[in-house]
Amino acid sequence: MSKYNMHILVCGGTSCHSSESDAIVCNLRDELEAKGLTDKVQVILTGCFGFCEKGPIVKIMPDNTYYVQVKPEDAQAIIEEHIIKGRKVTRLLFKDPETKEPIADSKQTGLFKKQLRIVLRNCGFINPENIDEYIARDGYMALGKAISEMTPQDVIKIIKDSGQRGRGGAGFPTGLKWEIASKNKSDEKYVVCNADEGDPGAFMDRSVLEGDPHSVLEAMAICGYSIGASKGLIYIRAEYPLAIQRLKVALQQAREYGLLGNNILGTGFSFDISLRYGAGAFVCGEETALIHSMEGLRGEPTIKPPFPAEAGFRGKPTNVNNVETFAAIPVIILKGAEWYSSIGTAKSKGTKVFALAGKINNVGLIEVPMGTTLREVIFEIGGGIRKGKKFKAVQTGGPSGGCLTEKHLDLPIDFDNLVSAGSMMGSGGMIVMDEDDCMVSVAKFYLEFTVEESCGKCSPCRIGNKRLHELLNHITDGKGTMGDIDRLRNMSNVIKDTALCGLGQTSPNPVLSTIDNFMDEYVAHVRDKKCPAGKCKNLMEYFIVAENCVGCTACARVCPVNAISGQRKEVHQINPAVCIKCGACMEKCKFDAIIIR
Amino acid sequence: MSQIKSLTDLKKKREEIKAGLDVRIKAVDSGNHVQVKVAMATCGIAAGAKSIMEFFVEQFDRRNIPGIVTQTGCMGYCYAEPTVEVKLPGSDPVVFGYVDLKRADQIIEKYIKEGELIDGIIPVNYDTIDSKG
Repeated sequence: MSKYNMHILVCGGTSCHSSESDAIVCNLRDELEAKGLTDKVQVILTGCFGFCEKGPIVKIMPDNTYYVQVKPEDAQAIIEEHIIKGRKVTRLLFKDPETKEPIADSKQTGLFKKQLRIVLRNCGFINPENIDEYIARDGYMALGKAISEMTPQDVIKIIKDSGQRGRGGAGFPTGLKWEIASKNKSDEKYVVCNADEGDPGAFMDRSVLEGDPHSVLEAMAICGYSIGASKGLIYIRAEYPLAIQRLKVALQQAREYGLLGNNILGTGFSFDISLRYGAGAFVCGEETALIHSMEGLRGEPTIKPPFPAEAGFRGKPTNVNNVETFAAIPVIILKGAEWYSSIGTAKSKGTKVFALAGKINNVGLIEVPMGTTLREVIFEIGGGIRKGKKFKAVQTGGPSGGCLTEKHLDLPIDFDNLVSAGSMMGSGGMIVMDEDDCMVSVAKFYLEFTVEESCGKCSPCRIGNKRLHELLNHITDGKGTMGDIDRLRNMSNVIKDTALCGLGQTSPNPVLSTIDNFMDEYVAHVRDKKCPAGKCKNLMEYFIVAENCVGCTACARVCPVNAISGQRKEVHQINPAVCIKCGACMEKCKFDAIIIR
Repeated sequence: MSQIKSLTDLKKKREEIKAGLDVRIKAVDSGNHVQVKVAMATCGIAAGAKSIMEFFVEQFDRRNIPGIVTQTGCMGYCYAEPTVEVKLPGSDPVVFGYVDLKRADQIIEKYIKEGELIDGIIPVNYDTIDSKG
């Protein structure tokens, strides 16, 4: 069918692009033309291969040869040697970092593939609205195996041995949670799926529910079997209409097949699931608040103990797990605890889904084994920082987490390492910031969010966060004092120690971690009244450089408040008292005469 | 749909479906059937995946291309939405990013009809549990 029998793929990701992959494509095409091969071999510019460190990457198909760090002048060698004579250009092959041996076929190494998809195994692969496609991928096999061939204790043992920890943020061991719930005696118990994904920048739970809803339903039934529950509830925010619709379709199909309902697979085990909608309050991701919301009460947390495993929904033992936690369960049951615990680090097993966002080239949803470094995630899979700017920090764990900087880049990501570095896993949002981001404003942004989302039940969170936000506002307005920084730190620690629930206990983290890592920026705002990133409007002044100004009057004409004065062909001035710092003049000026200082 | 009554039944069902899929894959591989999957999570739809899906369905019909167009979930390439995976008979699936109507047309005319790749394909950069064993 194809008239071409060979394809040369050249990485056109931003990072390879900046190292002249365009020129490589041109040279390859020229070379092919010179040799009269244009109708046999096609050269294609592709998206990012995810191996940016060794870019530009050139891949030859169909033999899967990877060439790394290719230069435009290598085009000739690739065509003459590889394409015409069929000999690999050894000097351009990737060399195994340990043995120094060149590796030709990437499929044998796995080196190029940092991602391992367990939770996302079916996302983007099956039709989420067709249960048959899920079954063909071993769907409901784990449930069948659990309820037909295993005791509830066996199931709990597998989950415990696998070392899986809850993906909702805190990282509590899943198996232990199930065990506690199973040991509490009651006439009715509940399995709850926490699909109240609220971290700004995190969307993995939505993607799983939209792409593979049955995996969550199956896992909830497995959990129900192991703890002795017959009812499941999914607490999902109403602003996820597509996820809700796909869940409804999935529930109906599972019931029609008898995979949910009474006497599942003739084992006598009955389990069914219903949906509960949340109104999108961040605090309802906290399990006690979530349960109250499902009961029709205000979404406010209560003091633990009692834990939901003792007295949860309607006072009955309740096991609450996050979507991502559930989605991995069927695979663990089928492949075994040993397989799962072989992936990851000593104390954090398996894989983690991250939502990459911010100033990063390949914004997306990725899944990597625990222990992958931030550098691999940001610079290889993520393709590096947008527009070739300098990496400054990455915020993990959303409003509950902290900023990690350059010095943390080689830190293997797992629950404990992130906490000891002053951040946390959270639900897995990663927001990347570059040199243009002001860290005081970043802290302020997250505080704004927590002030808005605080339920108001306890004073440390309700009043404390508000005060923190005010102090940060002071600083970004240029009214801060050095004492304010100490006050921020003290108050943050008090809030952490005294707030009622996880929201308040973690909300000062962005403040503390930015103070720890970017003290110089706070000092610049307070002492020098300057914002190094040029983000805080009240701390900057637009200024016309006399040498560059030709007096074209373009700036004066575009200024919306008439703050710029000056005669034609004479140097203009900006009146700082009138200027509203909109930046319109700077954009208009063709002579780089307007600067921020 | 009939109820599945036991684990054995479920296994049988899985084999049946797999066999069915195999037939479909074989049909794809031996004939001219093309499989197109459009990533349709909220974000994909927001980026315009729905009209792309409709376009493929409509154009396959109009241009007499035997093939199957289905929806799927998020592929993870948010920066390149809408994304579309195309599997031609006998070859590995290829993912295309930034698919607008113009590019969808190119996919049909160049890739599906001629087997020519077009610029901007997204290389698969992950392992699945199947390949890890």
